Amino acid sequence: MIKSLYRIQAIFLKELTQLKRDKMTFAMVIMIPLVQLILFGYAINTNVRHIPVAVVDLSQSALSRVLVQTVAATQVVTFSEQFYDIESAHAALEQAEIRAVLIIPQDVSQRIARHASVGFGLPASSDEETSRPIAQWLVDGSDTMIAGAIKGLRNMPLAELLSKPSNRTIPTFEVTLLYNPEQRTAVNIVPGLVGIILTMTMIMFTSAAIVREREHGNMEMLITTPIRPIELMLGKIIPYIFIGLLQVSIILGLGYMLFSAPINGGLWALFCITLLFIAASLTLGLVISTIATNQLQSMQMTIFVLLPSILLSGFMFPYEGMPLIAQYIAEALPATHFMRLVRGVILRDVGFTDMLPDVYWLSLFTIAGLAIASLRFKKNLD
Amino acid sequence: MPDLVIQAKQLSRHFGELKAIDKLDLNIDKNRIYGFLGPNGCGKTTAIRMLTGLLKPTSGEIQVLGLSLPKDAEKLRLRMGYMTQKFSLYNDLTVKENLQFIAKIYGISGTAQKSRIDELLSIYGLNQKQQQLAASMSGGQRQRLALAAATLHKPDLLFLDEPTSAVDPENRREFWEQLFDLCDQGTSILVSTHYMDEAERCHKLAILEDGVKRADGTPEQLMNNIAAHVVEIEAEGLRHLKQQLVTLPDIVTAAQLGARLRVLIKNTVSDPIGFLEHHTDIESNKFTIVRPSLEDVFIACTGSSRQ
Repeated sequence: MIKSLYRIQAIFLKELTQLKRDKMTFAMVIMIPLVQLILFGYAINTNVRHIPVAVVDLSQSALSRVLVQTVAATQVVTFSEQFYDIESAHAALEQAEIRAVLIIPQDVSQRIARHASVGFGLPASSDEETSRPIAQWLVDGSDTMIAGAIKGLRNMPLAELLSKPSNRTIPTFEVTLLYNPEQRTAVNIVPGLVGIILTMTMIMFTSAAIVREREHGNMEMLITTPIRPIELMLGKIIPYIFIGLLQVSIILGLGYMLFSAPINGGLWALFCITLLFIAASLTLGLVISTIATNQLQSMQMTIFVLLPSILLSGFMFPYEGMPLIAQYIAEALPATHFMRLVRGVILRDVGFTDMLPDVYWLSLFTIAGLAIASLRFKKNLD
Repeated sequence: MPDLVIQAKQLSRHFGELKAIDKLDLNIDKNRIYGFLGPNGCGKTTAIRMLTGLLKPTSGEIQVLGLSLPKDAEKLRLRMGYMTQKFSLYNDLTVKENLQFIAKIYGISGTAQKSRIDELLSIYGLNQKQQQLAASMSGGQRQRLALAAATLHKPDLLFLDEPTSAVDPENRREFWEQLFDLCDQGTSILVSTHYMDEAERCHKLAILEDGVKRADGTPEQLMNNIAAHVVEIEAEGLRHLKQQLVTLPDIVTAAQLGARLRVLIKNTVSDPIGFLEHHTDIESNKFTIVRPSLEDVFIACTGSSRQ
C-alpha cells in the first residue's frame, strides 16, 4: 500500500516537472480560461441591441418622424438607411445591409388617432378600420434572435407620441425575475463557462497523457516496471486536478471583476462539485487516451466530446427546449450535470444535498471511467 | 535447473502470417553474458519482449528466473532490468530526475535512494551531467543513463536490446567493460546485437535469422564447428575472380578485404586449396587457410536463405 502511494507520487511529481518545462501547455492553462472568459463574456449577449434597420416613410409627416425617433429611442434598432419605395428596401434586406424595414403608411396619422393604444375609448373589436396597426415591420426572420427582438417592439407604448396617457391593458401576469433581475447574460454564462473550459482543458490534457508516453517510447520502459495501471492513471490525473481548480479560480474571480458575476452559494459546495466534475472529465480523457494511438487522434476525440458538451449541456440553449433524443445524449455528458450543479450553487445557492442525482451521476462516471481506463490499459505489447 | 536463468522450449510468436520467432529453444546460464546475433528484423526484439513478458508467445514455454511466463510476468518485473532499443527515459527530465523517478517506481526511498543514485552517477560517469536534460546529451551518455536506470534496482537478470546501436566505438568498448563488471557482481545478461565484435565478447551466443536459431554455443565452439573452410587469396583482378568463384555451388561466399579475397568453401570439399587451384589459374602459394572469424560463422549459418 505504501509502495503503491509512493509510485503514484513518483508519476505525479514526474508529470508536474514535465508540465513545468512545457511552457506552451503551461501558457494554455492560463490563457484558455482568460481568453474564453473575455470572448464569451463580451460576445454572447442575448439582449440584442442596435439592429441596423431602414425606414420607408410613405407619409412624410411630422408625426411619422416622431414615430421613427420613438422607435429609435428604444435602442433595439438603429435606423441606418432611408428608402422611398418598398422595392429598394427589400433589395437592401436581401443584401443583408439591414435586418428589417419599418414601413410607415401614408395614412399613419389617421391610424394613430384611431389606434386602441392611444386612448379615445375602446373601439369595437370587429371594426377593422379602427383595429389596424400603425405601421409594418418587414424582418429578416432567419435569425430568430433578431426576429424576436423586433417582435418585442410590437406592443411598445406610444404615449410620448401624442403626449397623452397610455391606454395599455394591464398585464395578465406579474413577472418577478429571481437570481438575475437585471437579465444580464454574463450572470448565466460565467458559471456555465466553468463547465465548458474544464471540459475542454481537462479532457485535452489527459487524453494526450498516455498517448504521449506511447509516442515517445516511454511506455515500453514503464510497463517493464512494477507500476500498476491504476497507479499510473491516478498519478497522471492528480496534477491536473490542481490545474482545474486554478482555472476555476481564474474564471470565477475574473468573472466577478469584469462582469460582476456573483457567487451566491457556498464556496465549499462549489469546491466539491468542481472537484467532482474535474475528476469525471479527467477520467474521460484517460479513457480516450487508452483508445487513441497518437496525439492527433486523441485531439479529434476530445473535440468529439467537446462539441456536444458546448451545445447540449444547457450552456448555450436551455436543456428543456431540446428534443428528447438530444436530452438523452445530454444526460450522458458530465458537462450537463455539472452545468445544473454549478448554476444551482453559484446562482441559486442550492445545497449540495438537494442535487444528489447529478452528484451521484458524476461520481459514478468517474469511478466507471477510472475502471475502464485501468482495464483497457494493458501491461504488454500484444 | 538453478544454474539456468532462462529456459525456452519451442517458443513461437506469429504476427498474422509472419513467423517472427519460430520454435526457438534457449538455455541461458546464470551469471553469463548471452548474445543474440542477427540482422535487423530477425526476431531479436520479439524474442526479448517475450522473455520479459511484454509479448505473449503464440506457443511454447518460457521459464525466466524460475518463473513461468507470461503468468508470472509481474513477479519477474522486480527482478529484471530492461534497456530498450530506443531511448525510453524522459527527454524532458534531467539525469537525476530520471533516476529518482525510476527509484521511486521500484520503491527505493530516502537515503537508500540517494546513495544508490550517487553510486550509479559515479559508475557511469554522469556526475557532471546530473542536472542536464536527457534530450541534450550525446548518444553515449544517454545509453549510460539508460543502463544506470535499468540496473538501479540491482536486478538478477538484465535484458539489453541493441544497446550500442547509437554509440561510437570507444563508448562501446567502455560499455562492455561495464557489462562485465555487472556480470562479475552476479548479474546475468542477455544482449542482442548486429555487431560481430560485440557478439564475440559474449560468453555464449545464438545466431538468429528469420526467427529461427541457426546456431548457438560459445564463440570458440561456433568458430571451430563452422561448416566451411576459410581461404584467403592474395592476387590481382579480385573483382573478376570473385564473380567467377561465387557461381560455383561449393563456394558459400567470397568477400574482398583490401588486397585479399576471403572465400568460404563448404566443408564437403576435402581439399580446399586443390579445389581452388582446379577452378582458377592462380598459383598455390597465393592461397592461405585462415582461422574462421565469427563473421564467417554468421555468413556460413545464415547463407542458406540468400542462395
